Amino acid sequence: MSDSTAIAHGAHDAPEHGHEAHPPYLRHHFENVEQQADAAGFAMWLFLLTEVMFFGGLFTAYLIYRNWYYPAFVAASHQLNIFWGTLNTLLLISSSFTMAMGVWCAEVRKKSGLVLCLVLTFILGIGFLGIKTIEYKEKFEKNHIPGAHYSLNSFLNPDSDDAAKAAGDKPLPLDMARHTEVYFSLYFAMTGMHALHMIIGIAILGFMIYRAQAGAYTAGHVTFVENFGLYWHFVDIVWIFLFPLLYLISRHANT
Amino acid sequence: MSDTIVSLPDQSTARIPKVNFITKENGLLSWLLTGDHKRIAVLYLISLSFFFFIGGALAGLIRLELLTPQTDLMATDTYNKVFTMHGVIMIFFFLVPSVPATLGNFLIPLMIGAKDLALPKINLLSWYLYIAGGLLAIYTMATGGVDTGWTFTTPLSTHYVNTNVLTTGLAVFIAGFSSIFTGLNFIVTIHKMRCPGMTWFRMPLFVWAHYAASILMVLGTPVVAIAIVLVALERTIGIGVFDPTKGGDPILFQHLFWFYSHPAVYIMILPGMGVISETISTFSRKRVFGYTAVAFSSVAIAVFGFFVWAHHMFIMGISNYSVLVFSLLTMLVAVPSAIKIFNWTFTLYKGSITFETPMLYTFGFMGLFTIGGLTGIFLGTSGTDIHLTETYFIVAHFHFVMVGGMLMAFLAGIHFWWPKMTGRMYPEKISQLAAVVTFIGFNFTFFPQFILGTLGMPRRYASYPPEFQVLNVFSTAGATILGVGYLLPVLYLTWSLKYGEIAGNNPWQATGLEWQTQSPPLTENFLETPIMDHEAYDYEWLENQKEKEVASVG
Repeated sequence: MSDSTAIAHGAHDAPEHGHEAHPPYLRHHFENVEQQADAAGFAMWLFLLTEVMFFGGLFTAYLIYRNWYYPAFVAASHQLNIFWGTLNTLLLISSSFTMAMGVWCAEVRKKSGLVLCLVLTFILGIGFLGIKTIEYKEKFEKNHIPGAHYSLNSFLNPDSDDAAKAAGDKPLPLDMARHTEVYFSLYFAMTGMHALHMIIGIAILGFMIYRAQAGAYTAGHVTFVENFGLYWHFVDIVWIFLFPLLYLISRHANT
Repeated sequence: MSDTIVSLPDQSTARIPKVNFITKENGLLSWLLTGDHKRIAVLYLISLSFFFFIGGALAGLIRLELLTPQTDLMATDTYNKVFTMHGVIMIFFFLVPSVPATLGNFLIPLMIGAKDLALPKINLLSWYLYIAGGLLAIYTMATGGVDTGWTFTTPLSTHYVNTNVLTTGLAVFIAGFSSIFTGLNFIVTIHKMRCPGMTWFRMPLFVWAHYAASILMVLGTPVVAIAIVLVALERTIGIGVFDPTKGGDPILFQHLFWFYSHPAVYIMILPGMGVISETISTFSRKRVFGYTAVAFSSVAIAVFGFFVWAHHMFIMGISNYSVLVFSLLTMLVAVPSAIKIFNWTFTLYKGSITFETPMLYTFGFMGLFTIGGLTGIFLGTSGTDIHLTETYFIVAHFHFVMVGGMLMAFLAGIHFWWPKMTGRMYPEKISQLAAVVTFIGFNFTFFPQFILGTLGMPRRYASYPPEFQVLNVFSTAGATILGVGYLLPVLYLTWSLKYGEIAGNNPWQATGLEWQTQSPPLTENFLETPIMDHEAYDYEWLENQKEKEVASVG
């Protein structure tokens, strides 16, 4: 190994671990495969913890402003399309299911099953983003994008707006109506951050499909698939919180 | 003064081990693509020193401007940019990564008997992120700078300034991810990579301190990241979350920012405290008094550190009840900090103390950190805080903790582990001189600022009333001495790389596992996985070990 005579004290009675049978994916600095998988999984959970803190800042802002500007948040939430929201929730939950099946396929070394599951997850993810685009476009057309062109029309004259009319909104005072912009700021910041995580996830999925076809994850080394699965479920869970907070609660507050 | 404990091998026969982590591979690429924690630590050390001297040069400009009461060196808005960039560079590109990214990176695997950090590629990625962030910060400085202060306070940063807030924010955001990855890597490594026999309570306190700091990095940094994202969105498309005219609240930014940036000061100081635990024990030849208490006090500082952020906001319009609660919680942080200082003092008691350079820096740390910490109580008390905040008292307070505390600890650590990192000793006399010069220069620079602050001189102004000039001249003169004190180590440490005496495995007769392998270590750290069969800081074990084995070098 080297001509050095460094003294590793107590190393003389170190138990011999099997140097002869290293699987190719075992990195040099780990003792064995279990330690490697353990460390990678633990690291992934810690990373998800930082993600929780990252989204936590946004959720805090949402809770504070929702408390302050309750009527504005109620009226603004009526502008979201609950059909698309529900459909998207279904897509995302299904994609979590296919992802979980993918992890299982990798564990039992079913290559074609794994590729199929990853492709399905990929398609469902793209579908989610497509629907999100439709929703964003709707906001854009109604001038509900925060900024210089933000329009208060839907909240000052609810009768002129189909969604507001259907929900039976009463006109908000100008003061309160202006706070709907805060709602949409948070809506775009939160769903935008979530969509960014989806895009990153889908890019990694594409890479994984390519690698899975080469049989990379079905030879016993499933750490990468498992950890990506954790990431994907996390992104799913963020949506599970976003959906009720943005679309559902106080939907019927003024009926 | 008792005799020195330095034990070097016979210089006429000793040589640096032929195979070590430095000589294993050659060429620039072997460094830039390395996964070796020791090489990454060296990369960090070089780049950190670079940023430190940029930040230091900016500090020099600040002190030069404040030599006279008028604004004669630079225009006031230039001055704003200079102190902002000084803060941004020193905090995000020097203090936060300083000890963890260099010494922590180098030593944690060695100390716990592992071959490397758990995630070597992530470790390298974190260095690249740091460099990307740092270069972006330099770029913003070159193209006009930023003048919001390092706190990016809204609505100033979102509405009123036209400087490079976005790019600086992006630089800090990127550097934040570097810090997250370092912390994450440490936590995973400490949990999963300890060698047989290395239980939690046999780990060196250096590792405990880094564990606590890593928790803060992992939990705190993402919050400042999202705060920066919101500032960027506010600036670019005006989303209004922090804009009162649209119903937003600038105070929310303060909460999000300080939720990270207060724990960040513990990210900066805790690893330094870890260094002090090692040096105090080694140069007193005693086990750290109250090992368990010191270990848990690190964790306690990390936990309490998350519940005190609003003490930065006493004059920002938060409610009186918040002030009361946060003032009380702030006082609680003093408890674990005091536990550390008292336990180190008890370690000295009846120890055989020797005064090598790292120990001199350590004494500097203990004195200056205590003053810095005690003045923190003035600022944590809301009544005095209202008088003292935004004055030079606060500048002096955090420079005592950060420069007097953290930088002293950093230098103590660099001097202590330099022989391990390079295999060579630095010249002892001149390094002792540097430690003394630094201490004197530091006190000359920052002690007058306490007096200036109580007299009411506000911070962040380029001019001041003429009656404050005498103390400001003292401070500027001290900064010059301090500058010499920081330049000296660069010179003699560089010199020692080629001409220093061969250090051997364990020049200080210290007990850590890192001292039981060759210097500089092998890429794999140890020939065989070590087994920890004794408690940390067990000097009797070391004596027995020396009797049993004849260590040879080369």
